[in-house]
Amino acid sequence: MRNSKFVESLITAFIKTAGYSAIVFVTLIFIFLLREGAPATIEVPPSNLFQLRWYPIEDYYGILPLIGGSVVVTIGAALFAVPLGLLTAIYIAEIAPRWAREVLKPLVEVLGGLPSVMLGFIGILVITPFMRTAFNLPTGLTALTGALILGGMAIPTIVSVAEDALDAVPKTYRDASLAMGATAWQTIWRVTLPAARSGVLTAIMLGIGRAIGETMTVMMVTGNAPVFPTGLNALIKPTRTMTATIAAEMGEVANGSVHYHVLFLIGIVLFLISLGVNLAAASVVFRQKKRAERILS
Amino acid sequence: MKVSRAAQRKRTQQYGFWGMTLMAIATVVPIVMIVGFVFAQGIPGISLEFLTAMPRDGMRAGGIFPAIIGTFWLTLGTAIVAVPLGVGAAIYLSEYAPDNRVTRTIRIAIINLAGIPSVVYGLFGLGLFVLFLQFGTSILAGSLTLAIMTIPVIISTAEEALRAVPSSFRVVSVSLGGTKWQTIRKVVLPQALPGILTGVILGLERAAGETAPILFTVASFFLPRLPSSLFDSTMALPYHLFVISTQVPGMPVRIQYGTAVVLLTFVLSMNLIATVVRSRARAKRQW
Amino acid sequence: MVESPSAAALPQPSGRSQATQIPLSFHPSFKPDEIKIDVENLGIFYSDGTESLRGITLAIPKQQITVLFGPAGGGKSTFLRTLNRLNDLADVVSLEGHVRIDGEDILDPKTDVIALRRRVGMVFARPVVLPMSIRQNLLYGLELRGDRSESHADELIESSLRSAALWEEVHDRLNEPAVSLSGGQQQRLCLARVLVLEPDIILLDEPTSGLDPISTGKVENSLQMLKRNYTIVIVPHSIQQAARIADYAAFFLDGQMIEYSRGPDLFTNPRHPKTQDYVEGRFG
Repeated sequence: MRNSKFVESLITAFIKTAGYSAIVFVTLIFIFLLREGAPATIEVPPSNLFQLRWYPIEDYYGILPLIGGSVVVTIGAALFAVPLGLLTAIYIAEIAPRWAREVLKPLVEVLGGLPSVMLGFIGILVITPFMRTAFNLPTGLTALTGALILGGMAIPTIVSVAEDALDAVPKTYRDASLAMGATAWQTIWRVTLPAARSGVLTAIMLGIGRAIGETMTVMMVTGNAPVFPTGLNALIKPTRTMTATIAAEMGEVANGSVHYHVLFLIGIVLFLISLGVNLAAASVVFRQKKRAERILS
Repeated sequence: MKVSRAAQRKRTQQYGFWGMTLMAIATVVPIVMIVGFVFAQGIPGISLEFLTAMPRDGMRAGGIFPAIIGTFWLTLGTAIVAVPLGVGAAIYLSEYAPDNRVTRTIRIAIINLAGIPSVVYGLFGLGLFVLFLQFGTSILAGSLTLAIMTIPVIISTAEEALRAVPSSFRVVSVSLGGTKWQTIRKVVLPQALPGILTGVILGLERAAGETAPILFTVASFFLPRLPSSLFDSTMALPYHLFVISTQVPGMPVRIQYGTAVVLLTFVLSMNLIATVVRSRARAKRQW
Repeated sequence: MVESPSAAALPQPSGRSQATQIPLSFHPSFKPDEIKIDVENLGIFYSDGTESLRGITLAIPKQQITVLFGPAGGGKSTFLRTLNRLNDLADVVSLEGHVRIDGEDILDPKTDVIALRRRVGMVFARPVVLPMSIRQNLLYGLELRGDRSESHADELIESSLRSAALWEEVHDRLNEPAVSLSGGQQQRLCLARVLVLEPDIILLDEPTSGLDPISTGKVENSLQMLKRNYTIVIVPHSIQQAARIADYAAFFLDGQMIEYSRGPDLFTNPRHPKTQDYVEGRFG
């Protein structure tokens, strides 16, 4: 009997440690990024960091073109993924018959599980030639290609979170709307969707977060040109994202060199961006919960 | 002839529904096409030799056995670290954590971990495990990096599964003289197990397919031998696919598609297992 | 341990409770060795302010059915859950007073709460069967205790099921899932589950509230048989049930105990005006 009490307290201790581990990990990640990236702020003057040329071989460390590349590709992906993802989510949650739901949901989940390197692979072999011929371009490795595939990868995230949010809207809302004479279609757009507003917003933010953080796909299909995107043309030209830069150049960089530190600095930027997006998404959820609690109490 | 408002509304609805159906199909059909295409192109290249032999001729011939083994070891290593920590943390959040600021901080930390880009995990793994702790590019460093990346995924699904178990079970167990851990071990955990398992499988599926975290922490391209210890670096399927599709001139397309098929099969079968576990559990549930 | 004379031993009408204005009157007198549970000035407050108790003093006699009745929110469930320290699971802000079972104060922090809960069994308002077979449900308490002997188990199962008036209906399907039973059967299973642990005291919180009249009757009959060997404290789900089964009855209102006397007396001749109002249906 005494033995089992000891075992129980041991297990409880482990569980508590595991609970706190998340905080430990986030702190560790931040510390080590800082450790290797902070030197860059000293070694590279801001005037160098914030200009438009990224050419490390000749000591040009302008990260603006990389940020620009990430932004263009992400916006492109969002323009593509948000409408499609939302509409698909609405379709699955509100319109699709039961059998269609059982087919669609697993399929979307499959899309979400496809490794990014696989999609990049398909991108190179299939989509880039297509882009080249369709738009009559010198190369199919463009920002648009990346945006398209990235959009496809963001869709499952948007669909699953948004679908959950729509599902959570109480049936009574829909019933009340229908009882007042609205059609199902009107109910969706005027009642259900607004009610699920915060969950849908979260879904979009998480989807965008996924797009920003993608590495392999963009590395494989957006070309290799860290040029600051200007004008609509930039979409059909090659570009470079922050993530692809780190992945592509880290292997060839000497430990402790300036280039090495700057790459870590870019990592810090990415970490902060994802922190911002996720905190925003989380605060939306918290605020929604508070509002719901107030209404229900 | 004047069309009544009601008829108009009905027509809008019909068009709207049809439009959305088409859109949903448009979203989903590419998935099927991609998967089908890869299988169609790749299966001809699959043979027993391909799966079990070592590569030759600078990867341009022979098999991809080391990559398969490498991915296996990495996934196993990830599971060993991520499952106890992830499930443990989920149990903590669901059964023990008080409703205070510390708990909220933990949750925020988990949300953050879930959103960190995979390449940043790679940098972290490089900085901490490879360099600072001097593990070198090794299975150890790679598994630890992948594990920390996988833990938030496991925590969120596992916690949801635990919370779904009715609280009345816990009250009854305690009222019969059970301790907290006895209650968790004998009632809550067994009932939440299918959900937890689904989350673990999906998390490991992601870990198996990721390239960026292992780029700097474990992956090698050309290794003449299989890994023999935790501290060896190794080949891995996703990294292998990346290199043979972008870095090696004269790589036979057959081998590229073959590698893609193996990776895809691995990922899809985990998806399938998770789906089966989930639906079987739902059918057998006694509450 | 010598028992200090508590309010329970004084003849009525007794003095006022310390915490409130309402006179603690009309309390039956017991000999000290007739008392199973001795509650002295119990006060309990939850963090969200619900169902608190103030200044509860009463003595519950052995091997009788004691009924706690009153309008919702009066503190009856809270009181019940104090007796097996199930309140520990809730957000309790403060706890005062003493609850002595067989002389020992169970509110003492050194109490072995696990052992207490085996001695003081509880049946809840909604039947909660664990997601296992009937047999496993019954043996669950023993398993928690670490008992693994097979033969002993079978005897206990049969006697508990018989005491709960369920043996005839389930003896040939003990290995089926407990959820396959009807609501009334499930509730009797919950009763049997408690009996397997051979407790001294059985607490029941509106045990028949979801059940049909036949099942309700079966449960009430079981209680009448069980009281020969157990002390029973029950919150009934209607006044009629209270009147049917109560040997002793206590009226709870807004977290305080208003009146406590022999069952038949209290319902036919309530002495406190509030009790009269409630019994005659003027509120609640």
